[in-house]
Amino acid sequence: MTKSRSFLKHEMVKFILFTILILFLPLAFKGGYLLNVFVFVGIHTLLAVALNLLLGYAGQISLGHAAFFGLGAYASGILTATHGQNPWLAMAVVAAAVGTLAFIIGFPILKLKGHYLAMATLGFGIIVYIAFNEAVELTGGPSGFSGIPNLSLGGVSFDTDFKNYYLIWGMTLVTILLSLNLVNSRIGRGLRAIHDSEVAARVMGVNVRFLKVQIFALSAVISSIAGSLYAHTMTFVSPTSFGFNFSVELVTMVIIGGLGSIYGSFLGAALLTLLPEILRAFQDYDIVVYGLLLIFMTMFMPGGLVRGIPALVGRIVMRSGAGSKADA
Amino acid sequence: MLKIKNINTFYGKVHALKNISIHLKQGEIVTLIGANGAGKTTILNSISAVTPPATGQIHFDDQDIAGLGPDRIVKLGICQVPEGRQVFKPLSVEDNLELGAYLRYRGREGRSAIRKDLDDMYALFPRLHERRKQAAGTLSGGEQQMLAMGRALMARPRLLLLDEPSMGLAPLVVQEIFRVIEQLRSERGTTVLLVEQNAKAALKMADRGYVLETGKVVLEGVASELLENKEVQRAYLGKDKKEIWER
Ligand SMILES: Nc1ncnc2c1ncn2[C@@H]1O[C@H](COP(=O)(O)OP(=O)(O)OP(=O)(O)O)[C@@H](O)[C@H]1O
Ligand SMILES: [Mg+2]
Repeated sequence: MTKSRSFLKHEMVKFILFTILILFLPLAFKGGYLLNVFVFVGIHTLLAVALNLLLGYAGQISLGHAAFFGLGAYASGILTATHGQNPWLAMAVVAAAVGTLAFIIGFPILKLKGHYLAMATLGFGIIVYIAFNEAVELTGGPSGFSGIPNLSLGGVSFDTDFKNYYLIWGMTLVTILLSLNLVNSRIGRGLRAIHDSEVAARVMGVNVRFLKVQIFALSAVISSIAGSLYAHTMTFVSPTSFGFNFSVELVTMVIIGGLGSIYGSFLGAALLTLLPEILRAFQDYDIVVYGLLLIFMTMFMPGGLVRGIPALVGRIVMRSGAGSKADA
Repeated sequence: MLKIKNINTFYGKVHALKNISIHLKQGEIVTLIGANGAGKTTILNSISAVTPPATGQIHFDDQDIAGLGPDRIVKLGICQVPEGRQVFKPLSVEDNLELGAYLRYRGREGRSAIRKDLDDMYALFPRLHERRKQAAGTLSGGEQQMLAMGRALMARPRLLLLDEPSMGLAPLVVQEIFRVIEQLRSERGTTVLLVEQNAKAALKMADRGYVLETGKVVLEGVASELLENKEVQRAYLGKDKKEIWER
């Protein structure tokens, strides 16, 4: 049918424009401090897209996603720094292991709904966080784990912000493309059906329980890869990066950006990564600003930035259009 | 085609179905009537495995389907239009229809067959075509019922389970829905199990009927005979009799 083909074309054009934007963005930074910030925007986008598949599409909350991110980071760090394994191989093996773990815990956990699911994932996140702190021999405990090598490919070592920017954004763009494909497929429809009504989805032949676990595992795999990339970029990891606060921050990114929108996840990730830099002046009160932002967003842009901004722009254009007509 | 023997279904401790036995022949329209809470929805949910029966047998085309999951049931060719329509409100009309074909995307027939069926649904319900990009939640009740039926038909069921399709709809829309049910049977040979509060209209269209009371079948027979039955008239067609009396 022509309709769906033109729809796909539309999606492709958007993706290409987005890719061009990302590829040329470093020119605007001239290698400065913002380039470093945007390396982290890339990692956070990867995480937000992963969580959005679960939260925004399938409608299943997770307050423990920082754990999958941390498991990827620590496992990659330990395998490469302590055991001298190939970082790329380690990244793949770790992602598979974290995915398997998510698959196994997903079956009992995802039977739960709403607040109970939130509590269970929260509990999982806390257990993993405690393990990072307490398994001192393995992880270095609260003082962290250092000496993680940079990634390298064909003799090029990813040891500068510039190189890491393209490495991480390359991975992120591929993930975005695959995710767009997924959410526009029959699986994406199945996820949104589960979100709306599990019973009706089951009646239509969607294997609700299995699909929820699958998307949970996929989300964990992407988060784990983001963790591996983070470890090799920072060359140092410590538990504080993977605690409850960060899980909440990820949920905030997804909601502020826009539930059920892949590009929204980029906007949410960008805003929440840039914000601390802007809010340096507020120091310890930044969490208050987050809270206010979340309240403001849910009140005035319930669809998130990705839907709120176009609506706002539309209203301003309309008003100025009406204004100029009145002037004439 | 479908043979249910002595099923018992529970909600926790509530014994909702007590030794229910029902059968449908290929191409038949059979209706289930009964008061609120009699267990009509539970029978449909027991067939579609949403609430699997604790004991008893369900045979579909001589295959024992008790114990299969809902997705397997759909795959075998049984699809349910749930009570209260239950369309996916935030999704577009077209996405809803395509969800009906969820399991067929993995089959070997290919996308072109699904697209053709999509066009068939639009031919059957032209209103849905006009509104295909609209969110299903913005449709009127009648349109949502048509969408729920179209969505189920996208699975190409041989047995269609309809739960109170006329609920809350204006008489003209009810007529339209009933016309489609008869058309499905005559054009596709679809077998239909129809749950209805509107007992008179249902019995007029159906071949046979079952009367349910508190989880038991209390009466069964040819639809025209049930229409004439004094008990049925008193209990379920009472309103119509009162109309006659008033005149
Ligand atoms: N989820 C549930 N938990 C507990 N009891 C239930 C549940 N669903 C239905 N029941 C009980 O099972 C019995 C049969 O309910 P069912 O929904 O099948 O009735 P029905 O004939 O479809 O009624 P209606 O005409 O109102 O739709 C009722 O007594 C009802 O209270
Ligand atoms: Mg009912």
